[in-house]
Parts: sequence; C-alpha cells; structure tokens
Amino acid sequence: MAGSSKNVADMRPGEVGIVSGFTDDHLSVKLMEMGCLPGAAVRFNFTAPFGDPVCISVSGYELSLRLEEAATISILN
Amino acid sequence: MTSSRKPKIALVGNPNSGKSSLFNHLTGLNQKIGNFPGVTVEKKIGHSSLPDGTSAEIIDLPGIYSIYPRSLDEKIVAEILLDHHAPTVPDKVVVIVDGTNLKRGFLLLTQIIDMGLPTILALNMMDLAAKAGISYDFNALSKKMGVPVVPINARKGVGLDELKKLMAKPLSPPDRQIFSIWANAKAPVQELREALNVDNDYEAYQFLEQPQSLKFLSAEKQEMVNSIRLKHEFFPGKFQGAETIQRYGFIQDLLNEITLKASDNSWKKNSSKLDRILTHKIWGYLIFFGLLFLIFQSIFAWAQLPMDLIDSGFARLAGFVGSILPEGPLTSLLAEGIIPGIGGIMIFIPQIAILFAFISVLEESGYMARVVFLMDKVMRKFGLNGKSVVPLMSGVACAIPAIMATRTIENWKERTITIFVTPLMSCSARLPVFTILVALIVPDEKALGFFNLQGLALMGLYLLGFVAALGSAFVMKLLINVKERSYLIMELPTYRIPKWSNVGYTILEKTKAFVLEAGKVIMAISVILWVLASYGPGDAMSKAEENVLEQSKNMRLTEEGLKDRVAAYKLEHSYAGVIGKGIEPIIKPLGFDWKIGIALITSFAAREVFVSTMATIYSIGSVSEDDSSTIKERMQAEVNPDTGGPRFTPATGFSLLVFYTFAMQCMSTIAVVQRETKGWKWPLLQLAYMTVLAYVSAFAVYQILS
Repeated sequence: MAGSSKNVADMRPGEVGIVSGFTDDHLSVKLMEMGCLPGAAVRFNFTAPFGDPVCISVSGYELSLRLEEAATISILN
Repeated sequence: MTSSRKPKIALVGNPNSGKSSLFNHLTGLNQKIGNFPGVTVEKKIGHSSLPDGTSAEIIDLPGIYSIYPRSLDEKIVAEILLDHHAPTVPDKVVVIVDGTNLKRGFLLLTQIIDMGLPTILALNMMDLAAKAGISYDFNALSKKMGVPVVPINARKGVGLDELKKLMAKPLSPPDRQIFSIWANAKAPVQELREALNVDNDYEAYQFLEQPQSLKFLSAEKQEMVNSIRLKHEFFPGKFQGAETIQRYGFIQDLLNEITLKASDNSWKKNSSKLDRILTHKIWGYLIFFGLLFLIFQSIFAWAQLPMDLIDSGFARLAGFVGSILPEGPLTSLLAEGIIPGIGGIMIFIPQIAILFAFISVLEESGYMARVVFLMDKVMRKFGLNGKSVVPLMSGVACAIPAIMATRTIENWKERTITIFVTPLMSCSARLPVFTILVALIVPDEKALGFFNLQGLALMGLYLLGFVAALGSAFVMKLLINVKERSYLIMELPTYRIPKWSNVGYTILEKTKAFVLEAGKVIMAISVILWVLASYGPGDAMSKAEENVLEQSKNMRLTEEGLKDRVAAYKLEHSYAGVIGKGIEPIIKPLGFDWKIGIALITSFAAREVFVSTMATIYSIGSVSEDDSSTIKERMQAEVNPDTGGPRFTPATGFSLLVFYTFAMQCMSTIAVVQRETKGWKWPLLQLAYMTVLAYVSAFAVYQILS
C-alpha cells in the first residue's frame, strides 16, 4: 500500500472517481465483465450495515463488492 | 412438415435481462425441466409455435455475463455453445440484452457472434428505455453486428411476433468475427481447426482458453488440444482481460454510432431511495427478519387447510377403494400402500407452493440480491457466502431444490459447505413428524398468556436445526483447508414489481420437480413398506391364526380380541417386525422400541414416511374398525410393556424429535448431493455425520430427561 494511489475501498459514500486500473489480474476480468472498466466513472453509493460489502455504481450498473475486492480497483479523483 | 426434427433455439442473456419472462411468453405452459445429457444441470425446455406453422424447441439457458465461466451455471452454457457437433447444439441463439443499458449485454453478444452460431439480438425493456429517453438506430446496430435486431418488451409480450418471424426464417451464422485473435494464437488456432475440424477461429480459440470446458471431447481429442496448447506455449486465462478490453472498445465505438439519445438515468433514483431503507443497519435487518417471519407464518397458517383436505381426501379414498374392491393382496396394496403413498406426496404441495411463491417474488423484485448483500459479512464468519442465504432459506421447504440453488456460489469451499449443512435446516418433510410428536408430548396450553406451547416447541425445533447448520458450517470452515479466492462481485438489480405470471410458472415448476423427483422415492418406499409389513419369513404369517389360537386356547377371547391378536402377531413376525426387533438393542438407549424401529427403517429413505408408517403399524396392529381414532390417539394409547406407562413419554418424544431434526433420512437429498458434488464422498460423509449427530443427541436427550 505504498504510494498515494487510491482505491475504491478508500472512498466515502457519495464520492465519485475514475477507474484507473486493477491490482488483481484474476478479479479484473470479472470486474470488467460486470461493467467496471478502466476510464469509467465510479460512484461509491453505500455500504452494508457492517461496512462490508459495499455498493458502487459504474457504467450505469449497481454492483456489490466486498471491501477486499473493492480495494483491487485503483481510482483517480 | 419438411423435417421431423424441430429446430432448437437457445435463449442466452445476462441475469435480470428478462430471459425468463421471454421464455414464459414464448412457451406458455408448454415447458418442462430436463437434464442436459452428460452434465447434471437441469434445463428448461418449452415449445413455441412459429408463424409459419412449425414449432420450435426453446431452451432456456442460465443467465451469464460472459462465455468464460466461473460458476457451474455459466459452465454449462459455455459447454453447450462450444460443442458445435453435438445434437444439443442450438440451431439459433437469441441473445437478450437489457435495452436500458447495452454495454454488458453486448459483451456477451459479441462473444456469441464470434462463436459462429446463427444469432438474433432481442433488445428487451424497450419501454423502460423509451421512458428514460433513450433511442437507438436499430438499422445501424444490425449492420454493425451482422445479426438481425428486434426490440421487445418481454414483460408485456410486445414485439414477440416479430421475434418469432425471425426464429422461423432461415438464418446463416454471422459473417464476421468481432474479436481479432492475438497474433501469437493464430498458429495454434489454425492447427486446431485442421486437427479437430473446428468450425471457426473463435471456437478453436476457446478450446485453447477453456481446457476445463471441453468435457464433450473424447480423451484422445482433449489430449490433442493439450499438446497443441503446450507446443505453442499458450496459457489459458492470460489474455482474457485483454480480450474483454478489446471487445468493450468495439462496443463503445458502436454505441457512439448507434445511440441517437442517451439515458439520463433518472429512472433509477427510486431504486436508490428504497435501498437506503432496505439495506439500513436497523431497518434492513428488521424488514428481512419480518419477511422471514411472515413466510413462516404463511407456510403454517395458509397451508394447513389444503393439507388437511388432502389428508382426509386420501384417507377417504383409501377407505372407499378398500371397501368396494374384493379383499385380497391387490386391494390391500392399493388401499394401504399406493393410495396413502400418493397422499404422502401430495400433502407437501401447499407448503412448497407457498414457499416458492415468496422466494420467487423476492427474486423477481430484486430484493434477494439485497439479502445477499446484508448477510454476506455474517455468513462469511461461518465459512458460507451471502449467496448461501437463499439455499438455506429454501432448505426450510425442501433440501432438494435448495441444494440445486447452490450452483450460483462460485467458490468451491463455500458451495460444498452450503450443500453439506442445508439438509440440517428443518424441511417441510420433517413438519408432519414434528407436528404429530409435538401434539403428543407437549400440552396444548398457553404460556405467559399468549404463547402457544406447541408453537414454541415447533419453533425451537426449527431453531435447533438452524443452529446446527451454522455450527456445522463453522467447524467445516476450520476443517477444509483450500486456498481458493472467494468473491462476491454481484449486481444489485433495479427494484421492480414482480411479474406475477413468472411467479406462477416458478411455483408450478418447483412443485412439479418435487412431485416427480421426491415423489418417485416416496411412492416406492410406500410400496416396499407395505410388502415388508404384509409378508414375513417362514410360515409364521400364514399360520398366524393357528398359532394365536394355540397360544390363547384357555383365554376365552372374543372374536374382536382374537383378530387383534392375530394382527399384532402378524406384524411382529413380518419382515418389518423382524428388522425392527433386530435394531432394538441399538435404539433402546434412545428410548425407542421395535415399532419405532420399523418407522426409523422405513423413513430412512424419506422422513415423512414416519407418519404413514405409524399409521400402518397401528392400523395393522389394531383391527378395531373405528375410523374416528386418529394416529395420534392410537400412539397415545400405546403402552410400554416394560414400565406399564405410555410408550410416548416426554423423554422418548423429545429424543425422537431431536433425532429427526438431525438425521439425514432422505434418499432424494443423498441423490441430489451426489449429483451436485459429482461423487459419493460428500453425500456419504454427510449421511454419516448427520446420523451420528442424531444418534448422539437423541441419546443425550433421552438419558437426561428419563
């Protein structure tokens, strides 16, 4: 976690960013298939009651991810 | 009538794209569940009459996001679409895409087009798209993709005439490949196409990418694929991400060209407002548990009346048949074996129908995904997955569909644990056993003024099963050591009003599946039970009358009393009696006698048989032609010869209840687990575990209470 790169797990509800890349090859294929694409705008909607999983909007879809999965999506904002 | 073979048309699309609505509209009540040959996954097939007077076979494939499978459901689709030379290969594929957001549906569409099967694109939910102010250039879309395009509204059935016309017309495979295969894959693809006679480049490319989906090839051919892959150093999975990016690049260009007006997404706002309440940390759980409570209440309250009607109806039918037909083994088989057996199957229909009505409403409305979202963190602590909630909940109705519902869990360990513990959830087949025993040993009184004691006992049994399921899951989580990533990347679909006809079809489909799958077993057991109770080894059965007369020479019995004795003698010397007596030493520490032993043996295959066995034992054991005496009353009157007190004391009763809560006692579940885990290891482990758990717990309960 060195460096200043931010990921989706760091976002707060309502925050918006741009997907800049993935840190996990295996998950990235699934994420992209679900519409989470590099360059797409991502909005952090809300979390489940215990803070995990989280709900994001990307490419017009609402996805739920676990925090550890959200952490593999790097963002720019 | 040109060919005797019906054209096969497969429906493919993302989950929530409206595929099942379309399928139901196309086929109506003309559908059935079958199995794909070789693979063990059920498929929905229906028939649809086309405008040219012919009829087509419509196959509903599980919803998928991509041709690269992660779950079992997705794997089946990949296998069917990849094997172009099998009789199962569809003649045409209809790809259904959510018209309000094309991107993800188009990813799948471009993959299907590249597979080289004749493809039709059905753009669904065009009514919602219009409301959101979206419009597309269909002509440009059709030209760019090289496939015919039909806008439809599957919920209302709009546009289906046009779709059916296209289904009837001859259609050639798409004339293009959208994905251009990587330079370094060209040589192995060419080699494969020549060696195995593969139809097109992308199909051959999939052979390289998906070694795990090639079960349809002979071992020899799989070896050929492997050697070509090794020779060219092609690593499966390495380029999947790059392929997806290339496809999305194409899709983005295409969307820019064909979109006349884009959406402003305003129609989704309702959904997020609802989510604020339904996934709230307090309201969310309150609503979820409130719903669960409502489901339980309705299963018990609404199902009671139809169940009583079915019960008394079959009892009357059996009595009627027994009275009009001449006495003999055939009449006895019919009246005491077959008719009660059918009744024993039919009695579960109301509960199963109500449960699946609820489950299908929750799924149709989009709420089920929120339940997964709410429960994932909690379930993970027990080695399960948020998606395990649905199987566990369905397990309350019947473990068979519940275990089949675990297919959506991608992770092997979580799926196996879910399958393993689901039968511990108290299914509806346990309910008759619970009901009769609870009524027997728990007084029908109120505690604290309004809690019905019997109701509380029943709830306690359900809780016990649930706690055992979670506890066992936790132990398994520690025992199974597999390093496989578990993930929960899942769509939260927009909330919708459920489509009631879809709910109806689901109820019909699940009920039919239960009657046919579990019904066969219950039926067979009923007949076997009748044979076991009516025949015995040696000549003890045929000489029963003589022997009893001999024994009771000096007793001056009435005719009635003599009949009773003969019947009791017969039961004791039947095969069932012999087996029951054989296991008596083993079950005595649990407080059971040989009559309960007979019930344990017969209900080993299906636990609900316990009640009908009790009925058989006591109606054969006492020939009093008094129809008003119910099974419960007969069981109450049963005396324990050792103590002189009633047979069913609280200790024996609770011991039996606990035994039935934990014991597997269901042949159909064993068969389904064997099918789903593709082997005998898990079902046998499960059987052993549950039997030991049941025996030890019942032993403890009896020893403590007596």
